Amino acid sequence: MSAIGTETIEGFGPSGVTAQSTRDRLRAGSVGVLLAALASIPLVANDYWLNAVLIPFLIMSLTALGLNLLMGYAGQASLGSGGFMSVGAYATYNLLLRLPELPLPVSLLLGGIISGLVGVVAGLPSLRIKGFYLVASTLATQFLLEWLFNQYGWFSNYSTSSSISAPRLAFLGHDLSSPAGRYLLTLATVVVVTAVAARLVRSQTGRTWMAIRDMDTAASVIGIPVSAGKLKAFFVSSLVIGIAGALWAFAYLGTVDARSFNLDRSFQIMFAIIIGGMGSIRGNFLGAAFMIFLPIQLDHLGSGVFGGAVDPGQLENFQKALFGALIVWFLIKEPRGLAALLSRAWTQLVSRINR
Amino acid sequence: MSGPILQLRDVSLSFRGIKALNALSFEVACGEICALIGPNGAGKSSLLNIINGVYRADSGSVTFNGEQFIRIRPAHAAHLGVGRTFQHNALFRHLSVLDNVLAGLIRHSRTTLVEHAFGIGRDRRETREFNRWADEIIGFLDLTGHRDTVVGTLPYGVQKRVDLARALVGRPSLLLLDEPMAGMNQDEKSEMSRLILGTNARLGTTIVLIEHDMSVVMGLSHHVVVLDYGRKVGDGSPEQVRKNPDVIAAYLGTAH
Ligand SMILES: Nc1ncnc2c1ncn2[C@@H]1O[C@H](COP(=O)(O)OP(=O)(O)O)[C@@H](O)[C@H]1O
Ligand SMILES: [Mg+2]
Repeated sequence: MSAIGTETIEGFGPSGVTAQSTRDRLRAGSVGVLLAALASIPLVANDYWLNAVLIPFLIMSLTALGLNLLMGYAGQASLGSGGFMSVGAYATYNLLLRLPELPLPVSLLLGGIISGLVGVVAGLPSLRIKGFYLVASTLATQFLLEWLFNQYGWFSNYSTSSSISAPRLAFLGHDLSSPAGRYLLTLATVVVVTAVAARLVRSQTGRTWMAIRDMDTAASVIGIPVSAGKLKAFFVSSLVIGIAGALWAFAYLGTVDARSFNLDRSFQIMFAIIIGGMGSIRGNFLGAAFMIFLPIQLDHLGSGVFGGAVDPGQLENFQKALFGALIVWFLIKEPRGLAALLSRAWTQLVSRINR
Repeated sequence: MSGPILQLRDVSLSFRGIKALNALSFEVACGEICALIGPNGAGKSSLLNIINGVYRADSGSVTFNGEQFIRIRPAHAAHLGVGRTFQHNALFRHLSVLDNVLAGLIRHSRTTLVEHAFGIGRDRRETREFNRWADEIIGFLDLTGHRDTVVGTLPYGVQKRVDLARALVGRPSLLLLDEPMAGMNQDEKSEMSRLILGTNARLGTTIVLIEHDMSVVMGLSHHVVVLDYGRKVGDGSPEQVRKNPDVIAAYLGTAH
């Protein structure tokens, strides 16, 4: 071996390089096709699909991504996601309202950054406590934020009703308030944030997070700044969840409603990443799809097959029980979620075809 | 071999009244391989933990490269150039061999979160450089075949080498190895000895290692320190230590 730090390159056979770059090009190609398909969906889908299915699915994927960075990659469990969504939503609302000259993407990003900073404060206890105790402290954050936005009218511009209407969405002179416009705004945001997150988790930052998750004492012994790593995870996670919260309010609901950012929402996001796959970027989309599509399918089943004979309350209870059972199953049998299940099925398929 | 890289003076440590280390003093010369031996529970691992700040000594001081510490944080010790492997597996088990080794380069990283997020600035260059360093160490420790394997799935002996690679890649000036050959067969032990000697000779790394196998210790080390119940009972060259009656009584004579 040559001395460490000299200019030689070892360990890469030429064949390895080609296989790698072919795979990368294939992957880039298929992502491109997928994006083109997603962007042209408004040409074929009706408003119901955009409004009630695709937009919430994309935003749910984004919140799952945010929590996954914190919980799946950095190993810090949180039940404050709903709270961070509300910070993003109220912050962006106030930016749109009070600084209308800012372009929409800038307001969204600033709203996210404000949520990220709140996340850093909420993450401070993680420097001292772990596991269940940390979950309890993020739960306290969730309740504190819910109380804050209810208590102080300034955040909602002293609106008398509990929900406030969203300012007009526009970018570069294009009105984005149509279903197609809101869908494209959401899609573009999700694509950009996902691309950045995918890069981040493969960088030294992502490696730091996973090292802290897998073994924090060893991490500090090899020189990883564990506290800073945790706080960065809280920042990036809450930033992403904050942007998702703003989209939830403006691109999906059309109002900022504190009630849609409650503890149920936090649980829903956590369930999405457990089912989809912790520590996986793809898993967020799988988990979100599951959380959004399953209830719709069950509804159809209830009204279609049983002709409305099933009481909707019953159906909702059944759905909760089903989710509960699935989560227990995933936690025990496949902690890496649908993403791992699918990739295993794919490997098996490929090996069968190659044989 | 020049002056001491590490000096311990009257270091004591106790756990709930039980003295793990009792007024311990010794020096490690720059460039040497120093073996710490002694029966289980003698305080060897605790001593390494004090040197790199995982534990805090009740009293006494540690001087590393001329700087004296009462208390040092583990991450700070790493930044000063103290590398470490563990007696019990402490790898990042969901990460690949390459990612484990890359994590060991953190102390050389000069890039920020924003550079990582957007792949801008120094990020690409650093990534390329780090990958090259990591691949060199992976090759040096015969791990190339396992480069992209998740470490949790590797055999124990291989994991021990990954642990060494992760510590070594940061190019520490002082490397602390806690039972690097525990649980290995004779072939694996001689392979590991060869790697440790190679590291010391080629990279000039000072090494403090804990090892039970006396033939390994005698063949590998320039200097041996013997602990028993938290006290030093021997300190010298391998030959001197082998002849020391206290050492024979405390350790070499007893089965363990
Ligand atoms: N974290 C700890 N908590 C309590 N006791 C400990 C701890 N670490 C070590 N000890 C005790 O200190 C003594 C020395 O342990 P150790 O340093 O692991 O010995 P060795 O590595 O020589 O086998 C033992 O009695 C052990 O039980
Ligand atoms: Mg020990």
